[in-house]
Amino acid sequence: MSIVSPGFSGRRRGDQKLPPGQYLVTDFPVLSAGPTPRVDTGSWQFRVTTETGQVRDWDWAAFRALPDEEITVDIHCVTKWSKLTTHWRGVSVDTLLEQAETSAQYVLARSYGGYTTNLPLADVRDGQAWIAFEYEGKPLAAEHGGPARLLVPHLYFWKSAKWVQGIDLMPTDRPGFWESLGYHNYGDPWREQRYWGD
Amino acid sequence: MARAAVLGRLSWQQGTVSEIHKETAAATSIAIDLPDWSGHLPGQHVDVRLTAADGYSAERSYSIASAPERGRVELTVQRLPDGEVSPYLTETLQPGYPFELRGPIGGWFVWDPASPGPVLLVAGGSGVVPLMSMIRSRAAAGSHAPFQLLYSVRGPADALYAAELAERQRQATGLRIDYVYTRTVPDGWPHPPGRLTAAMLPRADDHEPPAVFVCGPTGFVEAVANLLIQVGHQPGVIKTERFGPSGG
Repeated sequence: MSIVSPGFSGRRRGDQKLPPGQYLVTDFPVLSAGPTPRVDTGSWQFRVTTETGQVRDWDWAAFRALPDEEITVDIHCVTKWSKLTTHWRGVSVDTLLEQAETSAQYVLARSYGGYTTNLPLADVRDGQAWIAFEYEGKPLAAEHGGPARLLVPHLYFWKSAKWVQGIDLMPTDRPGFWESLGYHNYGDPWREQRYWGD
Repeated sequence: MARAAVLGRLSWQQGTVSEIHKETAAATSIAIDLPDWSGHLPGQHVDVRLTAADGYSAERSYSIASAPERGRVELTVQRLPDGEVSPYLTETLQPGYPFELRGPIGGWFVWDPASPGPVLLVAGGSGVVPLMSMIRSRAAAGSHAPFQLLYSVRGPADALYAAELAERQRQATGLRIDYVYTRTVPDGWPHPPGRLTAAMLPRADDHEPPAVFVCGPTGFVEAVANLLIQVGHQPGVIKTERFGPSGG
């Protein structure tokens, strides 16, 4: 049970649906653990690796030749900001996994710069996740993860790995960067799964 | 070491405000007595929850400013003009009020007081708060790890902890502090106001490059991280924490 903060009334936003503990922003804050990697589309490569070591690579031209789609979603950062109705363009992860033969249950997304994040495979399938390369009609800026980032809007935004360079399919789960440092392994904003034990 | 402090469930803790101290026109330090608090790692933050009489609540994250201590934690909060939480914390809150938080949070942007190696801290505005926890922790631990703080502020009136930092530097334990004034300089300052440049940053020393912590608004952190790489620091030793203009 919460204690009441004397003299606090707050600012209610009754008409908007936000996950618990979140507040609305109109700008687009940047959160990263280190410097922004500069990744040139000329050398960019995306790799899917299955649990048996089978790999499939795309360079930028091959990636951009894949069917893409417009995506309009709300995003929720574990640092408590939420941003509603954001517009992206990207390639569905379903498309990239189409030819991967796998019985894996988990994926690890890997990024330029060394960042990793883990997710159940089921959470990046069936139209729930994309490799996004445009934000609000413009090429995705480097500080927001450009040239391409994972976009998994139904989980806290650290799962949407910036500067993504590949997906590893894994038979067993393995915590990624923030998941090893106290943040929740799954990260559902609607269940407020921010930290270990939430 | 870094992981130990984030293990386990982070329950909400209820404490009492023991002291409030105005740091600048817009920033206030709040000391909270928390019976169940067992300390933190310098650089970590907490989640604060305010609850209105009808049950409505709002949460925000704030950096810890104090050195680790049992039963007590001190935050410094910058008031944002359109904020929902920071105006309450900086203007309404009084000593004796109940205070609810959970933490400590974050196992990455932390300095280990047992580490003897050199450290470079670069702060923009209220981004100095978690770095101040590192400076205070260094003193509390009796560490002589070489520390340099490069602190960018709009003007002298906006500098947090100025008197304490000057005193800590005067004690000559290997802590060096340099200011960058972007809008207004103090009387007699040898340079015009301006942004931090590559020339102001120490170059990476080949034999013992410092661990680097950069904290401030997004644009500041982006610019400084790029400058650090320009003067030879490896991306892997640069840890960043960013405060967006939003917050609250």
